[in-house]
Amino acid sequence: MEGMSNPAIDNRIVATMRRPGAGFYVAAAALLSVVAFGLFAYATQLLEGLRTTGMGRPMYWGVYMANFVFFIGISHAGTLISAILRVVGAEWRRPITRCAEVITVFALIFGAMSVIIDLGRPDRVLNVLQNGRPQSPILWDVCCISVYLTGSLIYLYLPLIPDLAILRDKKGMLAPLYRLMSLGYRGTPKQRMILERAISVMAILIIPIAVSVHTVVSYIFATTLQPGWHSTIFGPYFVVGAIFSGLAGLLIAMAIIRKTLRLEWVMKDIHFNNLGLVLLTMCCLMNYFTFNIYLVEITGNEPNVMTPVMEKVSGEYAIPFWGMIIGGFILPTIILAFPKGRTVTGCVVASVLILVAMWLERYLIIVPTLMHPRMPWREGLYAPTWVEWGITAGCISAFAFLYMLFARFFPIVSMWEVHEGVQESIPHVTGRFASYMPVVRPQPAAKPAKPRPRVGQYLASASRWVVGAGAKAGCKARSKEIRALTREGNGARRD
Amino acid sequence: MNADSAEPSGRRKFLATVAGAAAAASLGAADAGATGGERGSKRKWGMVIDLDKCTGCQGCVVACRAENNVPMGGQTESELDRAIYWMDMMTIAEGHYPELRVQFVPMPCNHCENPPCIKVCPVGATHISEEGIVAQIFTRCIGCRYCTTACPYTRRYFNWATPAWPEELKKTINPDVSVRSKGVVEKCTFCHQRIRAAKEKARAEDRPLTDADVCRLPACAASCPADAIAFGDLNDPESEVSRLARSPRALRLQEELGTHPKVIYLREAKWRE
Repeated sequence: MEGMSNPAIDNRIVATMRRPGAGFYVAAAALLSVVAFGLFAYATQLLEGLRTTGMGRPMYWGVYMANFVFFIGISHAGTLISAILRVVGAEWRRPITRCAEVITVFALIFGAMSVIIDLGRPDRVLNVLQNGRPQSPILWDVCCISVYLTGSLIYLYLPLIPDLAILRDKKGMLAPLYRLMSLGYRGTPKQRMILERAISVMAILIIPIAVSVHTVVSYIFATTLQPGWHSTIFGPYFVVGAIFSGLAGLLIAMAIIRKTLRLEWVMKDIHFNNLGLVLLTMCCLMNYFTFNIYLVEITGNEPNVMTPVMEKVSGEYAIPFWGMIIGGFILPTIILAFPKGRTVTGCVVASVLILVAMWLERYLIIVPTLMHPRMPWREGLYAPTWVEWGITAGCISAFAFLYMLFARFFPIVSMWEVHEGVQESIPHVTGRFASYMPVVRPQPAAKPAKPRPRVGQYLASASRWVVGAGAKAGCKARSKEIRALTREGNGARRD
Repeated sequence: MNADSAEPSGRRKFLATVAGAAAAASLGAADAGATGGERGSKRKWGMVIDLDKCTGCQGCVVACRAENNVPMGGQTESELDRAIYWMDMMTIAEGHYPELRVQFVPMPCNHCENPPCIKVCPVGATHISEEGIVAQIFTRCIGCRYCTTACPYTRRYFNWATPAWPEELKKTINPDVSVRSKGVVEKCTFCHQRIRAAKEKARAEDRPLTDADVCRLPACAASCPADAIAFGDLNDPESEVSRLARSPRALRLQEELGTHPKVIYLREAKWRE
């Protein structure tokens, strides 16, 4: 057990779970009442059919599909960001991985639910398994999302095991639950080695899965002949958009957690600054892709494609469209480009703008295209009804409520990773930096620098990717060395 | 000894039964082929609509609605674009007053040879029959509306509510066509129930199905007072639809998409969409 817990850190983090203040209950009551309204709206829809929505012909899809793409996008906050930061060994990831991974799991659940809400016959949803046609992009989505959800649950659970063991040892009321879930973890070197290897395998596996998920979500649109959807850029555009909105969601969640649970001592300003920089990169990518899409569509000037484009640029959807471009893409880029903008407040403002813009972006992909079908004699009108807004609000509130509940029963900051960082990061990072700079070590000037160990180090650091991918089960001593290098090889700029 | 010999003979008997059944089945199939398809090749049902003959009387729309149990949405739902028309009468206004011309276009499903709706269906509820009819399995459809979105002609309809008829019209419901539930997609089937009935009639009379049997078979074609709609087998070069489809006036909607519609329009003047 030695080295497994660090009371100074653990007690402060566990304290965030043990003392739900009045604010918790007020927030829970508020969220649950919105959820109840959402359930009422859904019951109405189930009884009366989809006529209770604003949809019609040709507006066959609306808010629910936008919610689906939006939630699946948000889900890319967690697992993907956490996996990438883990793989590159960014030391500053430690306090934020857990709260990111939880977003993924809950957002995926509500993303999948949005599609079922959209179905005319939700009772027949299992037909997709019974009579599934592998040619249909919807089936690709079913496969990718279920793999992603399973993978994300495993990837959330694995790093939770040592924390569950710490909680079990604290002998609280829920100790039996934590005992069951911690699977007898004692923090022995062998257990730790297995756990770390499993985490690194999952971290690498989850990245292609996450990319595949939003790519096939885009294929739902891109594989049809509809003007404005039938585009080769949609796969990467959706993936970038997903990470973009996911990061924004993560920053908002972090700001709320930090404020309400008083975790300023572990989620520092530097974390917001670093994530703000990542978000800035995604802003630039998003601006680039958006520019790309519209420039190509407008210069192509194909009448069928131009109708929805003009509807956005100067038609009925001009206000949300330009609001999205200026307020949601360009303004956050400007805010995040300056160090003064990458404070907690700046990040939250940019993130809220981005989240609203990204929901609008999905809405503006779906609605203007469906409004103007290729046969130009029937044009649609669409205004979402209270049922659609109610269900949407219910989904968002249920998401927030589940997230709150998770933070109440499980540590929202990974305790063992934080004290592992406190104990081991600094020597490793120092060692790594030293390895970059051969002149740092005082050595006789006459002797030539030894090239061999450095080549060996690079080889070892390359092989840790292979080992991390689970291709090689190296011997213990070797993996120890590799692990030491893994910790050394932190890619963070500011740790 | 007895038991030993009994088993192989039992198996032989079983094999013989299976072979007999298979032979009977293949004979039956051959028989059906002989009475069904006179030339042995597959049929490809198609429709030709002569827009120069069409008067826009909407007889086809009403006949289709009665034949196929298409529900009455009511005015409110119609105003919300939720009315269902397996056969719809569209109008295109060309030019401006006083040089105004209105073109009526009866629009059934195009029954594409390469239908975009089929590719996207996650459960195989949308399918194309051997004779080229694009149809919908109402009891399997999950109502995801992907096919309705993918159709470049917007010819598929969704039941936004439980289908309803006024009390006095309930007696007119056609027993040959199933009534759909709420939440599923439906569409024109080229009146496949009439095609089946015609095939059975021909078989009962022990004669091949002829073009005369089918050329006014669907409800829309049967009801057209201007005789503008013809139906038949596009694979039969002698059929009326094949003959009309070869006309220089023939055009298909959005041919550039590569969907190969089997509904062919005839029109003298240049088409302006």
